[in-house]
Amino acid sequence: MRLAKRSRARLPRGEGAGAWLAAGSVALSLLALLALLSLLAIRGLGHFWPASIALVALDDGRQLAGEQVREVPLPDGTGRERLYRIGNRDLDGTRWAWVPVSAIAAVSHPPELMVLERHRWGEAIGRLVAVESETGERLEGQAARAVLENRMTELASLRQARDTLRDEVVLPRVQALQEGGDVERELATANARLRELQAAMQAGHLTLETASGERWQVPLDQILRVRYPNAMSPLDKLVVWGEGVWRFLSEGPRAANTAGGVWPAIFGTVLMVMLMSILVTPFGVLAAIYLNEVAHQGRLTRLVRIAVRNLAGVPSIVYGVFGLGVFVYGIGGSLDEWFFDAALPSPTFGTGGLLWASLTLALLTLPVVIVATEEGLARIPDQQREGALALGATRLEMLTRVVLPMATPAMLTGVILAVARAAGEVAPLMLVGVAKLAPQVPVDADFPFLHLERKFMHLGYHIFDAAFHGGDVQAAMPLVYATALLLVLVILVLNLTAIFLRHHLSTRHGALSRR
Amino acid sequence: MSFVQDLSSSPDSAALIDFSPEASSLAIRGLSLAYGDKPALRDLTLRIPRHRVTAFIGPSGCGKSTLLRVFNRLHDLNDEVVRTGEVRLEGEEIHGPAVAVAELRRRVGMVFQAPNPFPMSIHDNVAFGLRLQGGLSKRKQDDIIEWALRSAALWDEVKDRLRASAWSLSGGQQQRLVIARTLAVGPEVLLLDEPASALDPISTLKIEELIRNLKTHLTLVLVTHNMQQAARVSDYTAFLQDGELVEYGPTDTLFTNPRLRRTENYITGRMA
Repeated sequence: MRLAKRSRARLPRGEGAGAWLAAGSVALSLLALLALLSLLAIRGLGHFWPASIALVALDDGRQLAGEQVREVPLPDGTGRERLYRIGNRDLDGTRWAWVPVSAIAAVSHPPELMVLERHRWGEAIGRLVAVESETGERLEGQAARAVLENRMTELASLRQARDTLRDEVVLPRVQALQEGGDVERELATANARLRELQAAMQAGHLTLETASGERWQVPLDQILRVRYPNAMSPLDKLVVWGEGVWRFLSEGPRAANTAGGVWPAIFGTVLMVMLMSILVTPFGVLAAIYLNEVAHQGRLTRLVRIAVRNLAGVPSIVYGVFGLGVFVYGIGGSLDEWFFDAALPSPTFGTGGLLWASLTLALLTLPVVIVATEEGLARIPDQQREGALALGATRLEMLTRVVLPMATPAMLTGVILAVARAAGEVAPLMLVGVAKLAPQVPVDADFPFLHLERKFMHLGYHIFDAAFHGGDVQAAMPLVYATALLLVLVILVLNLTAIFLRHHLSTRHGALSRR
Repeated sequence: MSFVQDLSSSPDSAALIDFSPEASSLAIRGLSLAYGDKPALRDLTLRIPRHRVTAFIGPSGCGKSTLLRVFNRLHDLNDEVVRTGEVRLEGEEIHGPAVAVAELRRRVGMVFQAPNPFPMSIHDNVAFGLRLQGGLSKRKQDDIIEWALRSAALWDEVKDRLRASAWSLSGGQQQRLVIARTLAVGPEVLLLDEPASALDPISTLKIEELIRNLKTHLTLVLVTHNMQQAARVSDYTAFLQDGELVEYGPTDTLFTNPRLRRTENYITGRMA
């Protein structure tokens, strides 16, 4: 905004080169940002598009079916090779195949090729041969397709019934039992029902013929979704893409973070940042008020101010170590000894958790809030303070009624900067409470609803984990891009909220910015 | 006993005039003040008459603003300030232990050089002091606000937009709003620190007219750099230089027939 305003007041003649240089750097920064976002968007969001499945016939008579991922020149420069994602990892030991282009005899896209999304082992690709029920009933051809579709709908509702039963009946009972409640009979009934549902889901399997001609039986309850990508219209694909994106946003991760969604990580990131803001704002604002309004402006105050400014430059991992030593082991350990000794030796607060992570990040961003608020306070003319005092206001009344309202936009600027810094921070979190996998979000229906001692997932750490610790980095990469895009968007939304709030507050008095 | 005592016959006194304690609103005796080790006021003694306009004139840094700020204890904020001597408001020492400083500032209002309305609506600006006191009904409060804006000759210009931001007013209107805001809390003394120096000539005339109207029920003390302004609006004028009271007397006498050379040089613009 500011740059746009400046460019309106043109540089004087003779400084053309300077103007071009300045405009060039702006353009370069914008381009870099745009390139970053589009890389993340294309690589990340493209993953959810149901690509066509190619049936590739090789010169030597072998066949394979899969989605073409990319084509690169061969290292020896004699031609090019293609990477296909062929799935069927449990059958072939890999889900990728490199094929030299020169070895390909023919490529076709037969519409009957089927992609199965499975609970484990990734997708399976092949032709549907038959569907067999538990009783040995065998259906082939078009009838098999129809019965498979029905069975999928049925399975989806069974799964939902099972999850509801588990979350709403069984888990609370188990907890009640641990706390000494008399619910054993209820629990037994619920467990029996759970087993029934489980058994109902296990009925039947389908036979798949892979491209290489192998026949293979896949249990139906392992299958999450069935698609025939080559037979889909672009509109169908768009719907599937939308569903895929939605599942990514709303579901928990599967298969060691290399598949599934990131909902717990989104939730954890936002919740942690909000808690951090709630913790850091009052402390930062009070410290700034003390430094700027109350303290005697002597050498000591100047020294404190310099120290605060320097704290902003301390590497974040140092704060992580501090949080681990003081919050987790020190305060958390003591809390456990005093209040949770029944649970010892397993720690309650004496291990990383949401509260300690928020506190550590609050500490990390405290200087930012203090400095921004202090600058806001220093900008308020002394005449405003004297005007209030001359009307018979006490110093407290002057602060709360005149100075603080005028400094609110500056405080919010501080909070915006703090949020921007905290939401992207990963290193200290690894020490004080982030978890690789914590499908239970820290907010639920059990008292006290917000579980500050729980570990939580974080988008930044999720990226790190999926990119470097998964078994199949190739498969996790699109999810890493998508998660990175999401992290940027979450920070953007958090910032926009704070900016909107600041704008709303500063325009309450119309001409306030005239001065 | 007369209220006004003519001192022109005693040559050793700086003052041409003195007021009896009954006729004066503020009485200053032996007042000295220093910022750290830098003296700003040296042993001032004078009385300021009730329901009159008294002007302080003098070169920059002569201590006239400092003196004004003593009257409502704005120097309390600065811990470097060292002060001796007494200042009595209606006979009561304003630095006494029993005096609540907030209450004193309500009795001695102050208007500053640059208009300083708060970033609130026009209405809320005038209501600010009233709300600090509390205990007023909404209706009573609105009545006082209207009265204060009328007294400051601003009512007709803002009555239709009381909810608009005070910062949308012109400089002259803002200064009158600040005066209205001060009047609303019901002061006995109104201190004006160069109230028109940041305003255009027409706004200045309005403020001067306002000052003349207000002296029917207020004691006004005016600091100004503008000799004509002092001559136009004040009844008595005090000339200060280097923190000392040089000459104090009826405005007419001081401007037409100053007793001391220093005063004459200053008012005729022959200052070094």
